[in-house]
Amino acid sequence: MINFLYKGLIRDRSRSFFPLIIITAIVAIIIFFSGFLNGIYNSLFFNTALVNSGHVKVVTHAYNLEYQLLPNDLALLGTEELVEELNSKYSNYIWTPRITFAGLLDVPDANGETLSQNPTIALGIDFLSKDSQQLEVWNIEDKIIKGKLFSNINEAILSEKLSKRLDVGVGDIVTYIGATMHGGFATHNFTVSGIFNLNVGPIDKDMMIVDYTGAQYALDMNDASSEILGYEQGLFFDNNETVQMRDLYNAEYSDTTDIYRPFMLALRDSNQMGTIVDFSNVIMFIIMSLFLVVVTLVLWNMGIMSGLRRYGEIGMRLAIGETKGHVYKSMIFESLMIGFLGSLFGTILGISITSYLEKVGLDYSKAIDSLSSSNFAMPNVFYPQVTGELFYIGFIPGILATVFGTMLAGRAIYRREMAQLFKELEA
Amino acid sequence: MFKYFYFLLFSLLFTQDYTVDEIISKIDFNLNSENRVLTSKMIVHGRRTSRTIVSKNWIVGTDKAFTEYLSPPREAGSKMLKLDNVLLTYSPQTERVIQISGHMLRQSVMGSDFSYNDIMEDKPLDQLYNAKIEGEEYVNNRKCYVLYLEAKVEGISYPKRREWVDQEYFLPVKEELYAKSGKLLKSTSMDGIKKIGERWFPSRFIFKDELKKNSKGTEWIVDDIKFDIDMPDVLFSKSNLTK
Repeated sequence: MINFLYKGLIRDRSRSFFPLIIITAIVAIIIFFSGFLNGIYNSLFFNTALVNSGHVKVVTHAYNLEYQLLPNDLALLGTEELVEELNSKYSNYIWTPRITFAGLLDVPDANGETLSQNPTIALGIDFLSKDSQQLEVWNIEDKIIKGKLFSNINEAILSEKLSKRLDVGVGDIVTYIGATMHGGFATHNFTVSGIFNLNVGPIDKDMMIVDYTGAQYALDMNDASSEILGYEQGLFFDNNETVQMRDLYNAEYSDTTDIYRPFMLALRDSNQMGTIVDFSNVIMFIIMSLFLVVVTLVLWNMGIMSGLRRYGEIGMRLAIGETKGHVYKSMIFESLMIGFLGSLFGTILGISITSYLEKVGLDYSKAIDSLSSSNFAMPNVFYPQVTGELFYIGFIPGILATVFGTMLAGRAIYRREMAQLFKELEA
Repeated sequence: MFKYFYFLLFSLLFTQDYTVDEIISKIDFNLNSENRVLTSKMIVHGRRTSRTIVSKNWIVGTDKAFTEYLSPPREAGSKMLKLDNVLLTYSPQTERVIQISGHMLRQSVMGSDFSYNDIMEDKPLDQLYNAKIEGEEYVNNRKCYVLYLEAKVEGISYPKRREWVDQEYFLPVKEELYAKSGKLLKSTSMDGIKKIGERWFPSRFIFKDELKKNSKGTEWIVDDIKFDIDMPDVLFSKSNLTK
């Protein structure tokens, strides 16, 4: 029977070709839109993850209690071993140690005396080690607007705002003044190798970035780090996954007498991020639901219309003796086949487009040019994101709506009176 | 009820041997001098480890001070110069002279419980405070005057302080330093009091920053001190920092 119906569909293009094209197009749009929303959702949290929290991060329990003070005396010790352990336990995450520290940047005049000073929040990021993936994660080369990334532990890059305030440029020397991990007086000369702009509002206004080993040296933090950040390999933020990871990890290190035990935090545990994550989840759900309802109605309507269009054909089939139940079943099978094939083609097309744009990105910089000078942290390029749900989400409206539409239209079959059929056919 | 009666009786019977100004003047005499040279070690009790920092200090009055850090190796060679209201530091790692100013003055010195401001405001009490006697109490079985001091100049770090002054040595064996609001900022104590020349001087101070969570305090132990030594002016020059 399936073979019979298939041949019918192939031979009558009006029954197969146009519905197939419409379903394919709509499913492709659903896939792309869903991927696009995923991308926006991810972009919203990526900058926070990049600069502050990672998708997850590990600190000591004591550090977490005083995190606003950047208490490096409570830092993680034995970082190398911890990173190795995290890499083996959670291999789908990129783990990287980081030192976050604050202090004063002092610029010398020609005589080596203080010319200008400004407070700084500095990040020691592992850019220079051989196996580090931080260059790709940060995409730092694209963010450097003058000079280049540092190439040794005595170089640093400064944010554009900080460099303007200190009136320093590439090649100038700045002296960091702060405290070592043990509370000692820390001073270190850094040569400015580049100026960067993260384009994320005020976050980088006092920011200096140095290599992780440079920060270790300056702050006397041998094999110690403020935190170990974890980024999902595809840089995709999954709130549920990070929460689950956090709960499992912290259950393992539950010795409450040890205040220096490693303690995992999910992105949502960072300052007020939990509320923002929940709010975004609700908004994304509402937008996606509304969109799915609309496209479902469109496909349903298409199913009804194509059912009604075959009013004469159905009358003929009933007149020559086909039972009402058989006609109804055959119409549903047909719509099931068209729905399945349309959804399959639509999913392939939608995922192909989304994958392409995931790599290339949608550059909105011109459209949001007027916003670039404001303090709103908005990324200039949106990257749609291919996730697991994209592989099935199109089948729901693609098959169900088409079939339900046909079922609804097919109800008319049972209302047809045999006595009326011949009159209708004569006419 | 009886407690108040005894207190009243005690107050009526009690006669102060010294006025508050005389007590303050004696404290200032003991703790300040024309000049002094001392070698000391500062034991900073951190939350994970303790560090001992050895330094040599040359001090003239209240306006000039020069400190050279002798150990540990990371700190050795660092120097600090105080000239009136200016505080300069030199670190051999950067080979630079840096002025400590603004918010840096509130930072901790070498991770200890006292700040650069504490160094800058090391002036005699009678120049900075009005004092009154609140009563008498025993501290470590030593009879002490309890003094309450309020700043008579604007802008100092501790506008209010309470001191328990040993009645024999005239040294504040216990001290509480407050903000203008009355919030306790730091507490100090001293012991190991020795007679050096004409004055009594403690050999150990303990500072505790009450705003630091779980702070175990900082000990400052004076190993050797000499008063009224001739010191050349060149000692307190910027050029001496980089030598």
